[in-house]
Amino acid sequence: MARYVLNRLAQAVMLLVIVSAIGFAILHLAPGGPLSQFAASAQMTQEDLDRVTKQLGLDRPLPIQYLDWFGRMLKGDWGRSYRDGEAVLSVISSHLGATLELMTTATIIAVLLGCWIGISGALRRYSLFDSLATVGAMIALSIPTFWFGLVAIYVFSVKLGWLPAGNRETVGDGSFLDLLHHLIAPAMVLALVETAMWGRFMRSSMLEVINQDYIRTARAKGMPEWRILTVHALRNALLPMITVAGLQFPTLLGGALVAETVFTWPGMGRLFLDSIGYRDYPVVMGILMFSAMMVLIGSLLADILYAVVDPRIRVG
Amino acid sequence: MTAATLSTVQLAPGQAAWRRFRRHRLALAGAIIILVLVLGSAFGPYLLPFDDTYIDIMKRFAPPLSGAHILGTDELGRDVLARLMMGARISLSIGFVAMVIAMAVGIVVGAFAGFYGGVVGAVLMRLVDAVLCFPTIFLLLALAALTEPGFATTTVLIAATAWMWVARVVEAQVRSLREREFAVAALAFGSSNLRIMFRELVPNAIAPIVVAATLNVAKAILLESYLSYLGYGIQPPAASLGNMLNNAQIYLTSAPWLAIAPGVAITLAVTSFNFLGDGLRDALDPRMNIP
Repeated sequence: MARYVLNRLAQAVMLLVIVSAIGFAILHLAPGGPLSQFAASAQMTQEDLDRVTKQLGLDRPLPIQYLDWFGRMLKGDWGRSYRDGEAVLSVISSHLGATLELMTTATIIAVLLGCWIGISGALRRYSLFDSLATVGAMIALSIPTFWFGLVAIYVFSVKLGWLPAGNRETVGDGSFLDLLHHLIAPAMVLALVETAMWGRFMRSSMLEVINQDYIRTARAKGMPEWRILTVHALRNALLPMITVAGLQFPTLLGGALVAETVFTWPGMGRLFLDSIGYRDYPVVMGILMFSAMMVLIGSLLADILYAVVDPRIRVG
Repeated sequence: MTAATLSTVQLAPGQAAWRRFRRHRLALAGAIIILVLVLGSAFGPYLLPFDDTYIDIMKRFAPPLSGAHILGTDELGRDVLARLMMGARISLSIGFVAMVIAMAVGIVVGAFAGFYGGVVGAVLMRLVDAVLCFPTIFLLLALAALTEPGFATTTVLIAATAWMWVARVVEAQVRSLREREFAVAALAFGSSNLRIMFRELVPNAIAPIVVAATLNVAKAILLESYLSYLGYGIQPPAASLGNMLNNAQIYLTSAPWLAIAPGVAITLAVTSFNFLGDGLRDALDPRMNIP
């Protein structure tokens, strides 16, 4: 077990190095490179630019600069926002809560709904419910999230007037019920794609398990059907879902960005788009690296957790 | 999963595959819808009396089916149907071209990684893993922020965020095909590595490649719509299915039809390619089990 975890950890560290190198390369692709902020100002002379270049150490060879940047990143120094000079990490963390709130709610909806749909579909394979669910999942995966958000706003806010059309809270209210009221629509929209994914994976996992020999053995023993399903089938079918959670994470983050934009939700995704609008490269790159690191850690945790619950993984 | 794709069928593999494909009604429907969309966006604009960029400020916000404008007009009085057809033309083109680029990159990377294995394979596949760590939309937007928007940029950027899946599929195929007799025979014949890779191994992995290509078009169309909706893809006055929705949110209360037509078109196109890909997967290789 320890060997597996160490092995996986080493892989993750190696990936982090490559990921950060890609991030560094993109940063240097920015027009004017990391100097763009200074170059944009008309009062800067070439002399000033040279001085700043030297000050920031940009005249050193790229590999050295990369190592320096990487070291500072590990220490939590991610640079400062061009907009207000605030440290990038603190800008990100002040927006993270809203995003996590949205993502967690959507994931809970998606896991419950998706697993239910997937299991029901697998148990009644090729039934009307199963066919509708399969087709529905494919359509759900094909709908642009932002458009689904627009439709939701039109139906529930414009026509029915049930839900607010955006924002996280009513200014001056902010009670729990008010927060919940604002959360429903964006969480629903974000949950759509996730539900479809979870449903599809759950269905195929369940189908694989219920055709196994041990299920037949349990049936032959005369075990009641509900016990076969809950104790023997479900437990085994749910295991691979841990991997799905890890695989789903990038999609979930991307979806959150879109949902936040449509519903003017003050999260990390919206911050990212705003920062792009302001050409605030340190924040843009910070969020890009941050999201990649979240994905990296997410898949690492999923793999380790999977190995904990399923001994076959550790050995194999 | 072994890579034997068409070899499972004894007689006339093409025919058997076609029979399996035909059974897949939704895939067939998808293929027909794609054909209609392609033809409609290619020839439709010539049949309409309106130009997609013609501004008629007197006829702003004409609702659908009121007078000459079948799908109504937008905030500048431009005909929505004309814009829809031109937008679909651009979006579909981006979908196809981005797919071709992503396939080319993915096939080359996957073939080299799978064929050589060892250090080369490990380095290439770790690169694939690393790029996959970035959530697609974040990477796409960050790159878009650093470049000049336009048709070519949008296409290349979408391809740059989509080739990794192809590389993974091809790598797995090539790695397992490499040990098969025909590959060993080609090596014994003295064929060069490049020849074995691209004339023997890759053609034998054509089934999963075709499936990946089809799903890739769906993904590219979807990504174009995201990018253009957010304002970093195709720029107005040119229309794309995504950027038509750009302003639709502002006018959602007064002119909801502006949001409906492009959204339905995107969903229809993406769903069709996804169903087609699903059908092709079942038809070309019943044993392929990518979820």
